[in-house]
Amino acid sequence: MILDGKCPTGPIEKSWDKHRFDLKLVNPSNKRKYNIIMVGTGLAGAAAAASLGELGYNVQAFCYQDSPRRAHSIAAQGGINAAKNYPSDGDSIMRLMYDTVKGGDFRAREADVWRLSQVSNNIIDQCVAQGVPFARDYAGYLDNRSFGGAQVSRTFYSRGLTGQQLLLGAYSALSRQIKAGTVQMYNRREMLDLVVVDGVARGITVRNLITGELESYAADAVCLATGGYVNVFYLSTNAKGCSVTANWAAAKKGAFFANPCYTQIHPTCIPQAGEYQSKLTLMSESLRNDGRIWVPKKKEDVGKLPSQIPDADRDYYLERKYPSFGNLAPRDISSRSAKEACDAGLGVGPGGRGVYLDFEDSIKRLSEDTIRERYGNLFEMYEKITDENGYKRPMRIYPAPHYAMGGLWVDYNLMSNVPGLFVLGEANFSVHGANRLGASALMQGLSDGYFVIPYTIGGYLVTVKPGEVKVDNTEFKKSVEDVKGKTNKLLNINGKKTVTEFHRELGKITWNDVGMARSKESLTDAIKKIPALRDEFWQNVKVTGSGADLNQQLENAGRVADFLEFGELLARDALHREESCGGHFRVEHQLADGEAKRNDADFSYVGAWEFKGNDKEPELHKEPLKFETIHLAVRSYK
Amino acid sequence: MSDHKTMTLTLIVWRQKSATDPGKFETYTAKNITSHHSFLEMLDCVNEDLINADKEPIVFDHDCREGICGMCSQVINGKPHGGQERTTVCQLHMRKFKDGDTIYIEPWRARAFPIVKDLIVDRAALDTIIQAGGYTSCHTGGVPDGNAVMIPKPIAEEATDAAECIGCGACVAGCPNGAAMLFTGAKVSQLALLPQGRPEAAARVLKMTAAASECGFGNCSNHYECGAVCPKGVDVKFIARMNREFIKAQFA
Ligand SMILES: Cc1cc2nc3c(=O)[nH]c(=O)nc-3n(C[C@H](O)[C@H](O)[C@H](O)COP(=O)(O)OP(=O)(O)OC[C@H]3O[C@@H](n4cnc5c(N)ncnc54)[C@H](O)[C@@H]3O)c2cc1C
Ligand code: FES
Repeated sequence: MILDGKCPTGPIEKSWDKHRFDLKLVNPSNKRKYNIIMVGTGLAGAAAAASLGELGYNVQAFCYQDSPRRAHSIAAQGGINAAKNYPSDGDSIMRLMYDTVKGGDFRAREADVWRLSQVSNNIIDQCVAQGVPFARDYAGYLDNRSFGGAQVSRTFYSRGLTGQQLLLGAYSALSRQIKAGTVQMYNRREMLDLVVVDGVARGITVRNLITGELESYAADAVCLATGGYVNVFYLSTNAKGCSVTANWAAAKKGAFFANPCYTQIHPTCIPQAGEYQSKLTLMSESLRNDGRIWVPKKKEDVGKLPSQIPDADRDYYLERKYPSFGNLAPRDISSRSAKEACDAGLGVGPGGRGVYLDFEDSIKRLSEDTIRERYGNLFEMYEKITDENGYKRPMRIYPAPHYAMGGLWVDYNLMSNVPGLFVLGEANFSVHGANRLGASALMQGLSDGYFVIPYTIGGYLVTVKPGEVKVDNTEFKKSVEDVKGKTNKLLNINGKKTVTEFHRELGKITWNDVGMARSKESLTDAIKKIPALRDEFWQNVKVTGSGADLNQQLENAGRVADFLEFGELLARDALHREESCGGHFRVEHQLADGEAKRNDADFSYVGAWEFKGNDKEPELHKEPLKFETIHLAVRSYK
Repeated sequence: MSDHKTMTLTLIVWRQKSATDPGKFETYTAKNITSHHSFLEMLDCVNEDLINADKEPIVFDHDCREGICGMCSQVINGKPHGGQERTTVCQLHMRKFKDGDTIYIEPWRARAFPIVKDLIVDRAALDTIIQAGGYTSCHTGGVPDGNAVMIPKPIAEEATDAAECIGCGACVAGCPNGAAMLFTGAKVSQLALLPQGRPEAAARVLKMTAAASECGFGNCSNHYECGAVCPKGVDVKFIARMNREFIKAQFA
């Protein structure tokens, strides 16, 4: 099937304004008759739930944590982009769009990116009005910093706590609507199934994580804002509870999964210390504003203290290879370069899996206090984890799985191919193409939540009669029975290996075979190994306790079971995409200098997969991509 | 970097099946722990052993494991988050302990935080306080340009100091009266400091403090344990600021 993104036509500069005008409106007095389900209350979901509630819709919102304030958006450190051009350094909506399309290696939809860039400015205003304490300069104006993949300074920030401050802003707006009664908040609920009635999304089945009860909720539209899936690699910068479960449930009910192979490996994370490790910690990319990345030039120097290696014997490889972007080269490029250096035996620290991020020169230039003011909390975090002082010796960093550009396929209105199912934030695939630029995910989450869905969902709702399907519909009962069956199965296997052991094993396969460098061979291998591991899981996993109360093993088992299915799709998508682009690097497709070699003639499309059952191959649907404003070009940061 | 020697520790852990179960301490051994394990990774190892022995693992709240979501919440040797300065449980590392140590692990204990199971408590009351007024009542859209109102840097910085609160509830667990003054004071102060929060400042402080009492949080009697245990170092001066706002509001 050829998919249609339903993007507006005509001049790009007018596209969103025109579309907004063309959208039908729901009469204000009718809005309260419509129920909307919002699964996930991170930046995207909280912003959306608050805005929809304020418009007058009835919103039921869900999250798995004990409070919406704890969604993983909270962990974002570095900042949020906007095309304000406050520093007058040449920024504009068009330039933000250009950087994003190019940064995404020409695999995103132009119209979506234009809209994102256009509303980016509203986001900053909105957050300021909420009392988000952005950094200010001495005159009291909003301050900016630079992020990878851009030559302008357009990133707004609040210390190293930008995600926390933005999420608390959205959470406060959400709290206001909860108090007003327009949003009903359900904490500690995990969505385990999507209920589709006659081809239309009508509700969800959730597990109450305290009582174990399965609950049904019906609505006129279901929105998923459930975040990203990179915990498929086991070790990642995501929170422990982040999963593909909600998205995968939707995929199994017919929603297409787009570009699952576009995963982002973040260059500046703290290297793994041991086998027992449960997660990896990111050090914000903003550090690359003042830190210089290097490895020793000579293998015999890797064991030496960094201070014993003279400047002449250091390879500042990003500055060398990408003189115009230097240490601020985009993430995919920086990560791959770090891997290359380590593969060449020049890595530092345990297992040779690390490169230096050095602040010595900036401290000399600016003083330790200035560096502390800019990044104090990051240095503190680094020291807590590694027991090393980053002011005194260079930090050691290594790439780690971080972000999912892929996600459920949506059209321009953020609606999936299943009518009534909308997908927001990291959970959808829309704007980042094959690689996301730093500080653009917060922007996207809030754009989708505050400024896109409140308009586009109305265009859908006017076409449906409110309250048509209720939870007494047989599809809801069937869904509950299915989930119950799966839960009981997990609890009764009583095998020999724990859930975590399986997750770790899956992580080894995905990281080694489907990670930073992929080949036909490694991917074919993964497509054999993952189903085998999945079979073993269903024979040999051990889940203690019962389904009738709080059971974290059971929660985790369900998530890992889904990753064991989804991981295979990720590998299949990577195998089918015979090109390198952004975060997807196929060793067979590289230029002579090792840069990614895109294949626009054959792969300039969104690959959206239809689930056909675990024993069958998924079916690929394509949405061709057109580049009319930003012309296709080789992506160069040299 | 410190070496990878391994430790064996004795854990005395609060186990409670449900809100109504009386609960009791159980003793476990943590083996093969290195100085690089985080505290939660140490508990993960103990849980893997429990599962393999067909026992129910210890449940505890956690998510980000990087000190920002505020989910983790354990009293370790009598101290919320374990007593290391500016550190959440998930960031506490085993290098702070030594081979042979005995460690007591309990949930937050406060009237307003009923225990759910083992080390997990119900902190919904903190959300209730925010819902009472911890926001500016701006609409989505229709707000002025971000630079329309300038904010002096020191004010922005001080508001950020207050805004660093992660809502973990350690301040409540550390307070002999189970008060939520630091939590409430931090939000009241953040918004009272900023021009965007001023118009509703008086109503906000009255509503939020009233909600805190209704939720069963205690009163402040100036012990300042809250500030000592706060993993983000939120300053107790924000309680004083809230009190000033409160007095002003009563005369407003
Ligand atoms: C460490 C780190 C640093 C980052 N730094 C930056 C940065 O500086 N700038 C930037 O732009 N981006 C950054 N990012 C990326 C960005 O933070 C995320 O992409 C973005 O916040 C995702 O927001 P979201 O609302 O889509 O999802 P999330 O915030 O992850 O929220 C997901 C929500 O869904 C809920 N949920 C999930 N599954 C279920 C289920 N099955 N049932 C019920 N509820 C469910 C969760 O409870 C949660 O409420 C960073 C990411 C990480 C991990
Ligand atoms: S787990 Fe998030 S703060 Fe500890």
